[in-house]
Amino acid sequence: MPTIAMPEPDLGILARASQIIERLTAVVSAEAVISDPQETRAYECDALAAYRCLPLAVVLPRTTEEVSAAMKVCHEMGVPVIPRGAGTSLAGGALPTADSVVIGIMRMRDILEIDTANRFVRVQTGVTNLSVSAELEASGFFYAPDPSSQLACTIAGNIAMNSGGAHCLKHGVTTNNLMGIRMVMASGEIVDIGGPLLSGSGLDILGLLCGSEGQLAIVTEATLRILPRPEGARPMLIGFDSAETAGECVARIVRSGLLPVAIEYMDDVCLRAVDAFANAGYPKCAAVLIVEVEGSEDEILHQIMRIRQIAAELNPVEFRTSRNADESLKIWKGRKSAFGAMGRLGDYLCLDGTVPVSKLPYMLKRIGELSKDYGLEVANVFHAGDGNMHPLILFNANAPGELERAEAFGADILRLCVDVGGCLTGEHGVGIEKRDLMTKQYSADDLAIQMEIKSVFDPDWLLNSAKVFPLEASKPYRDKAVRG
Amino acid sequence: MSIDESAIKALPYPVSPADEAELAAFVGESHARATPMCIAGGGTRVQPGSVEAEHMVTTRNMSGIVTYEPGALTLIARAGTSLQEVEDVLAAEGQALAFEPMDHRAILGSKGAPTIGGMVSANVSGPRRIQAGACRDHLLGVRFIDGRGRTIKNGGRVMKNVTGLDLGKLLCGSYGTLGVLTEVALKTLPLAETEKSLGFPGVTPREAVEIFVAALATSFEVSGAAFHAGTAWLRVEGFEAQVDYRVGRLKELFSGREIDVVAHAASRNLWRDLRDVRHFAPSEDAIWRILIKPTDAPDVMAALRQLGGEASLDWGGGLIWFSGPASSAAVRKAVGAGRAMLVRPGSLSAADLFPPENSAVARISAALRKTFDPAGIFNPGLMGN
Repeated sequence: MPTIAMPEPDLGILARASQIIERLTAVVSAEAVISDPQETRAYECDALAAYRCLPLAVVLPRTTEEVSAAMKVCHEMGVPVIPRGAGTSLAGGALPTADSVVIGIMRMRDILEIDTANRFVRVQTGVTNLSVSAELEASGFFYAPDPSSQLACTIAGNIAMNSGGAHCLKHGVTTNNLMGIRMVMASGEIVDIGGPLLSGSGLDILGLLCGSEGQLAIVTEATLRILPRPEGARPMLIGFDSAETAGECVARIVRSGLLPVAIEYMDDVCLRAVDAFANAGYPKCAAVLIVEVEGSEDEILHQIMRIRQIAAELNPVEFRTSRNADESLKIWKGRKSAFGAMGRLGDYLCLDGTVPVSKLPYMLKRIGELSKDYGLEVANVFHAGDGNMHPLILFNANAPGELERAEAFGADILRLCVDVGGCLTGEHGVGIEKRDLMTKQYSADDLAIQMEIKSVFDPDWLLNSAKVFPLEASKPYRDKAVRG
Repeated sequence: MSIDESAIKALPYPVSPADEAELAAFVGESHARATPMCIAGGGTRVQPGSVEAEHMVTTRNMSGIVTYEPGALTLIARAGTSLQEVEDVLAAEGQALAFEPMDHRAILGSKGAPTIGGMVSANVSGPRRIQAGACRDHLLGVRFIDGRGRTIKNGGRVMKNVTGLDLGKLLCGSYGTLGVLTEVALKTLPLAETEKSLGFPGVTPREAVEIFVAALATSFEVSGAAFHAGTAWLRVEGFEAQVDYRVGRLKELFSGREIDVVAHAASRNLWRDLRDVRHFAPSEDAIWRILIKPTDAPDVMAALRQLGGEASLDWGGGLIWFSGPASSAAVRKAVGAGRAMLVRPGSLSAADLFPPENSAVARISAALRKTFDPAGIFNPGLMGN
């Protein structure tokens, strides 16, 4: 049995299900409301698929006004709301409860404004991450954050989780590339924050909203900063015969003053899986780094030369530079398909703790030791340049007790991340997955002020409310909130 | 460390707690008695008349770098640490704060030393903001005392962190109205090996913005785009060969225009002066910082000039600096959709330094302030009620 608890559904709300659905259908178009369990099944979980629950109903609005209308109904009737993007959360951020209405924005996919002179785009947040850059291709610009799920994940989800990606070492994560939002408050009120100006002049509410995991509002429109495409970019692949040496190489590159756009790490377990899956032609060794640099041809060659010098001191087993676009694609293909490839090996838990770069070698060693203790294999594939680790714990969901053992192993790794000065989650979010570990990183007061802030936006605690904060800590807030 | 004593003495009962615990106790007591305080780091930006308070609280005695790890690009310092000390320590390792915080002393005529806490609380950034982001983009974590006297930490010291709500963003740019910062963690970045600047003399503001738009659409990572006194400036940074290459390509792009190239130390001094808006320091008039959509900047500059005074541009046209005798109402009207903040009041009232927010944002902001500071003791009235 999975070990993460969710609150019992409110029976009063379940009893009023038909009235709630009727009211929702009255305020948004009928085809936007789904309540047949055959159809709501698609919304019972996100990418943390070990946890599932059918919601009471799903609303798929096409406009901000429809989101607002649906939210008003839920607010008036005291119904919990689960905001949803594409459902690619690895942390259970979009997991419904039986008494909740899922409001999904995936039908809101319009590009509203492209302004390359002022370097921003304005979009409805149901657009996928990749489609924003695709829209910009002809103009020579792109949108920088590039989470692995970028083909599917939405801008709304990116904002909710403050998503990063492989290239955020240089260009930053979502919060560094977000200029403004239109959001629907728990009351249904529509509020605009920020816009095409480079900074705000009051409290940075935009910065608070980004990464708030659907706790504060549903974001329906976003103004995104766009960047000119680099002249060129080229990855190189560096293989090492030990994980620690690879970790050391990362630290030395970062220290050298070079700023690659990406430094990615894959260990041998991952390399084997990826090679079988994507035929990426990776070397067989303990660890591989993919380092990407960008610029003009000369700039690229200069940076490769310097990275080669740094790597050479550590005796790499292989140093391979892409010679053309096909080879670049091939080097990246393995990394980008790593999570999919690992899935073929069996079930896995994907962690997301972040540690200071200097602690990477130590972390890799400890994770290896814990792997032996727990008797579960781990693959390490992660954004090394910024210390954002993604240990994948392999287990068999059908073997009794393995999921629980994997979860306990994961919790140990995350505690270790906090102990060395890091954090529980670098880009996937807390969701339900790391909810009960929050007390490891934060004191009671640290959490209290965050929950008090949630109450400012969502006094009734209707938005995604059994997530992010430990259930025990949030209970007084959830209990106090007037329902129905 | 030095502090602007004249600003401190303008208020009775200066309080300079020795550490976080002492500060927390003082704030807790002030909360219980609802006694307001004006919060200062080095006191270099405090505007007499902007806050009505019984105490001036400074973080001057809470200073020192806690950790600096060049290999992890991370620095943690207590709030009262002088910015100069931080910049010196970073420079010794070939690193810097990439957002290039401006020094307000030139235009405010203040003494003392800007602190790292003051910099964060005002989200102080400079010309490189267009390329590297603002102070808030480099803030990794904070410790602060909230209005009840609780000691709170948020964020951490790592580059990526989405664990819980991001209160650092809220604190950064809150001008001390939400809490008293006691410690900040910042991302550091390698200093560029060298830099060069291209000057375009004899251009209008409209031509300047056209140059900025074209240059910032290139991949040459232009890290400064400013306009003052008829000259538009572009800055490129990097290693020697890279900078030469980029300067060459930009010259090709603007081949029809007269261009002067300024290199190395001269370029650094140029951008230091532009960053600190030294060109407006000598005047007695008010100085405004106006955020604007770059392509709207030429029209707004023209409207401002109608009011009398001078304007310059930074951030590729996204920031107008204006110095003139006009009333606050007239300036805010002239900037239209832009946001005008009064940085040096001159003869104007210091009571409304910040532009009004739309009603929903004002309401949320007020509720947030009430959450952090229920008794309203931190810099009351500075950013609205």
